Amino acid sequence: MISLGHYLSLGAMLFALSVIGIFLNRKNLIVLLMAIELMLLAVNMNFVAFSSYLGDMAGQVFVFFILTVAAAESAIGLAILVLLFRNKSSINVDELNTLQG
Amino acid sequence: MDVKSALFYLFAAVLLFAAFRVITARNPVHAALFLVLAFFQASALWLLLKAEFLAITLVLVYVGAVMVLFLFVVMMLDINVDSLRKGFWKHFPLAALIGTVIALEMAAVLMGGFRSTEPAAAVAGQAVAELSNTKELGKVLYSQYLLPLQAAAVVLLVAIVAAIALTMRERKDSKYINPADQIRVKRNERVRLVQVPASAVQPAPQAAVAEETKA
Repeated sequence: MISLGHYLSLGAMLFALSVIGIFLNRKNLIVLLMAIELMLLAVNMNFVAFSSYLGDMAGQVFVFFILTVAAAESAIGLAILVLLFRNKSSINVDELNTLQG
Repeated sequence: MDVKSALFYLFAAVLLFAAFRVITARNPVHAALFLVLAFFQASALWLLLKAEFLAITLVLVYVGAVMVLFLFVVMMLDINVDSLRKGFWKHFPLAALIGTVIALEMAAVLMGGFRSTEPAAAVAGQAVAELSNTKELGKVLYSQYLLPLQAAAVVLLVAIVAAIALTMRERKDSKYINPADQIRVKRNERVRLVQVPASAVQPAPQAAVAEETKA
């Protein structure tokens, strides 16, 4: 029988994979956004698992709100990406040094 | 191992494989498509957890809207993959070390700490199981979490406005005329009066008359 720990471990592995993805794709902005989506998915997986095993609806409500915020975040992120590509013809993170940060 | 456990392991394995391919795929289009696969597997796992509404929402919102947006953007941009892939595996040892440490530590804590295999309905009594998941979620969402729900709506509105404002640009060949400028125009911006001097001498008709009398 699958316990709560199985789901939480799956979420942890998914989160670790997306951390590795952020390390590997540090130049490609679009895959970085995808790795962030994967991280949010891992967090949502934990929320749903806790909600289901503890019998509390609040977890699923929070997943609902996270989905909303993630959709808004990716919409704005992709808009910025398009704007960036229009101005610099590249999405390489290394070339984004206009602010001298 | 019963059917439910087998399904869990199947979906989890495909989910982790898809996530791995998302972060290592050479072509960003393939990465986006593998992310779609990952979302479908997560949705199936949430169905196993009896969270039907969120599972369907994940497919509708993520696969239907966000991932299509991702695919549009990926296909619209002309990305030079080779320059982005340079030094791709350089930090892989560090990344793999950090990733395995995160996964192993959390799995060690979680597998020891959360052994309970009892599903929620048995723990919280049968009251949860009587209603459907959607109805249960709606009852909480529209009573206890009404204000956050409206804040989420405002967040989505801000996202719409921001995305349009960021990407909109004026067309160069547009024939649009500003009505305010049209109304505010002055007379001497439109009409220029030219003073033409009246010419005094007109000899031609007289010459013709003279020729006539000669003849």
